[in-house]
Amino acid sequence: MSTTDGPTLIPDDSSAQEIADREAKMRRRKGWFPGLSDKWNALPRQTQWLFLIIVVVIAYLLPILNPPLITTEPGNNWQIALAQMSVYALIAVGLNVVVGYAGLLDLGYVAFFALGSYTAAMFTSPDSPYVHIPYLWTLPLAMAVAMFFGVVLGVPTLRLRGDYLAIVTLGFGEIVRILATIIPAMKGQVGFQNVGHPPGTDSAGQTIFQNSNGTPWYWLTLTIIIVVLLAAGNLERSRVGRAWIAIREDEDAAEIMGVPTFKYKVWAFAIGASVGGLSGALFAGQVGFVNNQKFDIATSILFVAAVVMGGTGNKVGAILGGALVAYIPLRFTAIAEFKYLIFGAALVIIMIFRPGGLLPARQSLLAYGRLAYNKLRGTNGDIPASGKVVLQSGKGADK
Amino acid sequence: MISEVIPTLLHSVPVDDTWITFDVNSFTQNFWSSTFDGLTFGAIYALVALGYTLVYGVLNLINFAHSEVFITGCYGVFFTLSALNFGPSAPRLAFWAIVGNLVLALIVAIIASALMAVIVERVAYKPLRQRKAPRLAFLITAIGVSFAIQYTIYWWRGPSPEAALTMFRPLPIFDVFGTIIDSQQVVIVVAAIILMIATDQFIRRSKTGRGIRAVAQDPDTATLMGVNKERIIVTTFIIGGILAGAAALFYVMKIPSGVQYNGGFILGVKAFAAAVLGGIGNVRGALLGGLLIGLIGNYGQVLLGSSQWTDVVAFVVLVLVLIVRPEGVLGSSLGKSKA
Repeated sequence: MSTTDGPTLIPDDSSAQEIADREAKMRRRKGWFPGLSDKWNALPRQTQWLFLIIVVVIAYLLPILNPPLITTEPGNNWQIALAQMSVYALIAVGLNVVVGYAGLLDLGYVAFFALGSYTAAMFTSPDSPYVHIPYLWTLPLAMAVAMFFGVVLGVPTLRLRGDYLAIVTLGFGEIVRILATIIPAMKGQVGFQNVGHPPGTDSAGQTIFQNSNGTPWYWLTLTIIIVVLLAAGNLERSRVGRAWIAIREDEDAAEIMGVPTFKYKVWAFAIGASVGGLSGALFAGQVGFVNNQKFDIATSILFVAAVVMGGTGNKVGAILGGALVAYIPLRFTAIAEFKYLIFGAALVIIMIFRPGGLLPARQSLLAYGRLAYNKLRGTNGDIPASGKVVLQSGKGADK
Repeated sequence: MISEVIPTLLHSVPVDDTWITFDVNSFTQNFWSSTFDGLTFGAIYALVALGYTLVYGVLNLINFAHSEVFITGCYGVFFTLSALNFGPSAPRLAFWAIVGNLVLALIVAIIASALMAVIVERVAYKPLRQRKAPRLAFLITAIGVSFAIQYTIYWWRGPSPEAALTMFRPLPIFDVFGTIIDSQQVVIVVAAIILMIATDQFIRRSKTGRGIRAVAQDPDTATLMGVNKERIIVTTFIIGGILAGAAALFYVMKIPSGVQYNGGFILGVKAFAAAVLGGIGNVRGALLGGLLIGLIGNYGQVLLGSSQWTDVVAFVVLVLVLIVRPEGVLGSSLGKSKA
């Protein structure tokens, strides 16, 4: 956003302090983890990295550790549960680009997930009469296919108000499912068996990526999540990300400030779609079977619930939300039947009482703003949160 | 079971194109029957579309839960008629007895739907309005409450549709171009049109209607002029609920086994498409849009050869309308319509 350039936007010390105090007070009242983000941001860069590395290592070790109480066993296999959680987390990261960054409500995200799954299935499954390619090649292909349809759907609808996008995507999600039922090439309920998997055998000659063993799939998906996160983080801090946030906060204002809103909305939609396609391909590989029963609108709403629950616009929150949405029905099997009811009600309750979700996005925005602020002032620290003035001037900060 | 099917399907390249036809012959043969059927469905869509259009006009919000308001009405009809010993085959009752029973079912459905509409408004939307939440929050809440209701019904009634209820045996009335129009189609279309004219007149002539138009035009100014905005909003939801309840009766009349927990969902999307097609916020546009969506869907179904295509066709029409003429056929909004 070009507002960072203006010299008048840097407040003087006293007013900065005043704003900082007010913000600190507001945050303490609202947050569930008061001061956590401040503490995190106050840590030196090296400590942050160290901490992150530990978290990542623990994440990689999860299938082996199988921690008691947290584990989903005996009800569900823990490794497979982890693989599913990681796929949901990836979906949430992708949908977060659309809903969280750009503020576009995509209610048919499952359609892109389905496109990815079918791409993987139709090019690898022996049930498919078409050309067969190695599984790993279907991952970029699934991304491309989903992205193509994202652009096809996005171009006509993204010129309009956001509400239309919600209903059009809702319809699109349902149409993909119906088409999967009526087009014979997509095999309806019969579906595709033995979807491919990445190559490789272990020392005993066994295939590594088996459908019954979730661990390698989990590691693969986790690695992809980390790559996508790094990319998404870079996008978030780039010109594109700032444009998205400007569009989310006030589209008209963004347009007037010279942001080509339509272009960036299509970008957000296409990038989100491609991540959806990627996660669909991973899901198809892990489960090994694709038919038309898994891609209903209810699943799509679960995806939205994942993003909203975790914290709209916060990528760490999205991972948490995605993992939770998959984890809760697997861990608490008694309530698994009511998951749509629970997550539907959760959407309402969160939106009313805690619109930011578990990990509100404001913190990351603040961190960025403060960084810029400190750079401009040539100091490093001591004025928490006032950087928000640089990024967004006061109004509507908690959206 | 699947493992038995798989070998036969292996290497069977799907070349025959029976899944999609372009059967002009069947289309011309069935033209009139699909027209009349399409108009019947269109009348039902139009009644539901009115609920979307009114709420959108007043609050600028797609009330995703309106399909659940509608399905609540369907359950009202189902329970009333079940209690009155209606079953899969039409009951042998005198004409006025049937009319009386149906009116009772209609009243129950209207009350159920209107009540549900008010509950949705109070629980889901009002708190957000008070907190001045952004638009996205309203949309997310709308879809959330829609799902919460849908799966509450699922929890209560299970996944399968309720037993079929036939209200009366359709009697042939007219013969137009060799196609018979039956009493059911006449009842639905006539009743729906009467209801819509009544709504239109209510919004154009009554004091409350003027209030609705005022709030749709400019909520703040309307409040300054002494309009009770909150009451107008609730009234709007109630009107939408009443029309959805009426639509529910006709829907169960047309599709006796259509009462199901998610039965309102696709109908809701189509009704919304109808509202957009006619011009969202425009009461007369909802009627036109509903009838058009009903017709287009039915023609598409006959032409393309499967009933599943109706939904696809309706959706494609929605996208095309949004590309070509996003303000809809009739355009103007609720606030701009003249008194």
